[in-house]
Amino acid sequence: MLPAEIQNLPTPAAIAAWDAGALTGGSCELGELVLWTTREKLVELCRFLKHEQKFTRLVAVTCIDRYPVEPRFEVVYLLHSIERNERLRLKVAVHSSDAVVPTVTGVWAGANWYEREVFDMFGVRFEGHPDLRRILMPDYWQGHPLRKDFPVHGHKYSYKDE
Amino acid sequence: MNPTDTAMDQRLEALEPEAPGAPRRMVLNMGPQHPSTHGVLRVILELDGEIVTRAQPDIGFLHTGIEKQAEALGWQQVVTITDRMDYLANLSNNLAYVLPVEKLLQIEVPPKAQWMRVLLAELSRINSHAVWLGTHALDLGAMTVFFYCFREREELLRLFEMFSGQRMMTSYIRIGGLALEPPRGWDRAVRKFIRSFPEKVNEYEALLRENPIFLKRTQGVGYAPLEQLLDLCVTGPMIRAAGLQWDIRKAEPYSSYDQFDFEIPVRQESDVYARFLVRLEEMRQSARIVEQALDGMPEGPWKADAPRVVLPDREKMKTQMEALIYHFKIVTEGVRVPAGEAYVPVESPRGEIGFYVVSDGGTKPWRVFMRTPSFGNLQSLPALFEGRLIADTIAALGSMDFVLGDVDR
Repeated sequence: MLPAEIQNLPTPAAIAAWDAGALTGGSCELGELVLWTTREKLVELCRFLKHEQKFTRLVAVTCIDRYPVEPRFEVVYLLHSIERNERLRLKVAVHSSDAVVPTVTGVWAGANWYEREVFDMFGVRFEGHPDLRRILMPDYWQGHPLRKDFPVHGHKYSYKDE
Repeated sequence: MNPTDTAMDQRLEALEPEAPGAPRRMVLNMGPQHPSTHGVLRVILELDGEIVTRAQPDIGFLHTGIEKQAEALGWQQVVTITDRMDYLANLSNNLAYVLPVEKLLQIEVPPKAQWMRVLLAELSRINSHAVWLGTHALDLGAMTVFFYCFREREELLRLFEMFSGQRMMTSYIRIGGLALEPPRGWDRAVRKFIRSFPEKVNEYEALLRENPIFLKRTQGVGYAPLEQLLDLCVTGPMIRAAGLQWDIRKAEPYSSYDQFDFEIPVRQESDVYARFLVRLEEMRQSARIVEQALDGMPEGPWKADAPRVVLPDREKMKTQMEALIYHFKIVTEGVRVPAGEAYVPVESPRGEIGFYVVSDGGTKPWRVFMRTPSFGNLQSLPALFEGRLIADTIAALGSMDFVLGDVDR
């Protein structure tokens, strides 16, 4: 399932040895390793990467909106191993009709704010997140600003309540 | 106050009803405008007497939609909004943005531009640390340091103005090189500053290092173990003050940092005092790097030979047809970046900054995600606050060295 050029790299090889079905694809362009996984395997894979493969640092969690292509969202986990001096991007594709991903806050506590930010900006929900509220936009905000169908200058805003 | 302040309501609700005889709790709202929060940060504190039992940061007051705006601007134009995120280290932001874009374009940046970038990034590190030290000391009641630090900062801003014409929003590092040719006499001006600078750091040190009030307020304050900090996505001097010798300039060198000789200061205590010592030493190391950059500055062009990306010289544009066409294309249509994605981490004064840039092959970025160090560092706020005295929150807050523009983007 993995392209030939990355099959022999240490991290994908180790993941394949651990669970052959964990990865659904991958690439290594410009020297940056990207691996695709599924929602079902995500948390287990993250735990494996953190504890067995020394990816102790979660750099960030973010999302890309591929509107109008479906599956529309790519949730991206940027991981880093200080010991191995290696970086990795883990991706999960999500349909807009069912934009839910399990949370990885149980693996890296620092995922908390990043997942809140993705929820705030893209409307992707993180199942099991301890405190899934908007983080940057006000609580009463409508819509998710970084979606491609959200206009750059925003919807018309009413100040009547203030 | 907005009508739906759910964060505060939730905290107040969680407190009631108060059982008779239970210890009295108090919810205290700190900020959004508070002299020590260095921007617009709000923290909701739950107190049991003088002890903070729960601290909940509330951010977003400076959110300006920079990531969304980046998707509406051309590739070169995005440089100008990166200045506005972390307004104390804008040259590091410029650098962090152009590196992944150049990686996608596969442009070779000439050595002179690379060294000049290193020099400017280190000057902006000194600038950022000077502002941090001044305001941090001011929070703790030491006013003199503030004036000393801002004296040096003023000189630095003059240098930035000399290079770019702007004191703060420099936008001097562009895709393919620099924005302008370095001005006449820049090396003398920088050398004059950097010669006298180590002496100035000694002055700061003399004012604070053995100052009994400063020691009492910083030693053992704001402690958090390394594992917890790493888990909470903290980077930069905070990690190095907790005992991990990790600096992206050494671990994953970019822009010829591998050709410079410098040390990574490390402390083990992981308290406010250790963070102070680490940043103080980093200023000295930055001065060393700037000296080396001055002495070994390579000759040659200051922008890449990439006609589709870099604007041609004025003279060429007036005499060569090709150059005129490229100029017209770049100005009217913009730069085209091949489809793909790239992430290059950079060590900013605050920690790891990196732009995760996604291109669909067009003249505008499809997505620019800004992994900012302040956002990750601020996440450790509850870990540094909870279970400690409320009087220590100010010292702990200052030692994190965040910029709210960088947090909220």
